[in-house]
Amino acid sequence: MSLLAIEHLGKRFGGLQAVDDVGFTLARGAIKAVIGPNGAGKTTLFNLIAGMLSPSSGAILFEGQPIHGLQPCQVARRGIARTFQNIKIFHGMSALENVMVGRHVRTGVGFFGAMLRTPACRREERAIRERSLELLDFMGIADCADTPAVNLDFGRQRAVELARALALEPTLLLLDEPAAGLNIYETAELGRLIGRIRDLGVTILLVEHDMSLVMDISDEIVVLSFGRKIAEDVPEVIQKHPEVVKVYLGD
Amino acid sequence: MPAKNFVFLPIVAAVVLVQLFTAASGSAYYLTQLTMAAYYSLLIVGLCVLMGYAGQISLGHAGFFAIGGYLSAALTVRDLLPWAESPVVRFLDALGCLAHGQDLYGAQLLTVAPWAAAAAAVIAAALVALVLGVPVLKLKGHYLAMATLGFGIIVYRLVLASEYFGEADGISGVPGFPLLPGLEVSGDSAGRVANYYVAWAVLLLAVLLLRHLIDSRPGRALRAIHGSPEAADAMGVDVARYKLKVFVLSAVYAALAGVLMTHYNGGIGPSEAGVMKSVRWVAIVAVGGMAHLWGALTMGVLLNFLSLRGVFGSYDDAVFALILIAIMLYAPGGIFSLVPGGRWGERLAGLVRRGKSGEAAP
Repeated sequence: MSLLAIEHLGKRFGGLQAVDDVGFTLARGAIKAVIGPNGAGKTTLFNLIAGMLSPSSGAILFEGQPIHGLQPCQVARRGIARTFQNIKIFHGMSALENVMVGRHVRTGVGFFGAMLRTPACRREERAIRERSLELLDFMGIADCADTPAVNLDFGRQRAVELARALALEPTLLLLDEPAAGLNIYETAELGRLIGRIRDLGVTILLVEHDMSLVMDISDEIVVLSFGRKIAEDVPEVIQKHPEVVKVYLGD
Repeated sequence: MPAKNFVFLPIVAAVVLVQLFTAASGSAYYLTQLTMAAYYSLLIVGLCVLMGYAGQISLGHAGFFAIGGYLSAALTVRDLLPWAESPVVRFLDALGCLAHGQDLYGAQLLTVAPWAAAAAAVIAAALVALVLGVPVLKLKGHYLAMATLGFGIIVYRLVLASEYFGEADGISGVPGFPLLPGLEVSGDSAGRVANYYVAWAVLLLAVLLLRHLIDSRPGRALRAIHGSPEAADAMGVDVARYKLKVFVLSAVYAALAGVLMTHYNGGIGPSEAGVMKSVRWVAIVAVGGMAHLWGALTMGVLLNFLSLRGVFGSYDDAVFALILIAIMLYAPGGIFSLVPGGRWGERLAGLVRRGKSGEAAP
């Protein structure tokens, strides 16, 4: 059974059909990319999966269960984490604390336990801190742990955001244009990092404009244009796909 | 005690030193205003967590203070004897929630016991916060400010219009709140020193609990909501629920402050419910630096003390409004951001934390 199944998904904003009858599946452990020109509906598709929008039609099944129409926090609890196209870091918190928020759904101390600092709370805090430090280390930014996240450079903020998403222990990780704003070296580094994340057993779905990255790391690629899926295949085939070439390069 | 809480030691020392100093210099009357300032600060630190950490403004917190104060005052003062035979009153009496006493002229009185009245008042404030919070916390920024302002105005007009709450006179003759044999929260000058310590113990304990909250799973969730609601949601934080919880928590702090202050003062009047009071509390949190519990505490105690001493005279409200304008214009990060090397409290905590993790390293 596929981990994620998108079935006849549609989203209409007034007169605009942003996503139109899109369907594909994502196998466990795979890296799949969604590409397409600006306005093709990629980010809308992402927001539908992450619960920030609810679909006008169709279904999204995660581990066989429908998740469309759930709130983002409920989707997160199912084990789907995401990063944002424009980095959304928690200001007023250190890099480490940002990552610690990612442990939210895997921990359970409430207001009373926290205010009274119960032994269970202390234990949990220690575990959260250790796990989050490990993840910062995994991202290679352990030295920034106590730095306010807003003071970090763009690349490191992106790393914090990724570590935060991983702290959720996601089954599925959604990456919204992870290479945006990175130079070619940083992009190559990101590609290796995504590979390492997959090796942890995380399935990855990404929206990306950077073709070198997409062709390099993806097992399969879905191409959207004007909200419709026009192709889905392995990178080698997509590169030569006549309709894809037409969409990107014109006639 | 965790190392981070050592920051409390100098404060406790200062509280004791101030008391010893006033005793030595024969100026113990200052303790009265310091006690009242501590109770107001209880409201302020709760509001600080709501505003500074969770990012939700409230211009209605004097309303919660008033719910706490007025309910505990009315319940402990209003005579229930005419209803003594009603099943509800008899049931409450059987539970031990009622107090049998005598008025000044020796007539029988039946009132609600202070502890039961306090519990009812705080629970009522929590319930009101819950019912109010569900719709209004969907609002953001100035829309939320407007809605909570509206709530504050309603409470103010209700206590002013209601005979039960004493209309413009408020309620006086509120009995002391017994804590231990021989120790009660009241304005009796014999218990002035004890009451000073009680108020500060309550305040510092309340701050300790909030510090624990801020630096924990739910506290980080609140700060995450402030930082980016979308990202907090995507990380599995139920944003609406957390906003509601912190709103109720801050309302409980305000109500508790109202209860204790009313027993200490022996009464409460409508000015405590006034909208200008809510504005004042917001101004103090802003002066303290918003997400700065120590700043809110320091400014809460200092400014309330000065105000209660009458330093600002009849310009009292104008001074607080002016402070609000000046802070927004010149120091939106709070007054301590103007001090070079400011935010010393956090720096200290950071140093302690680093020292601690250094120890833990192999």
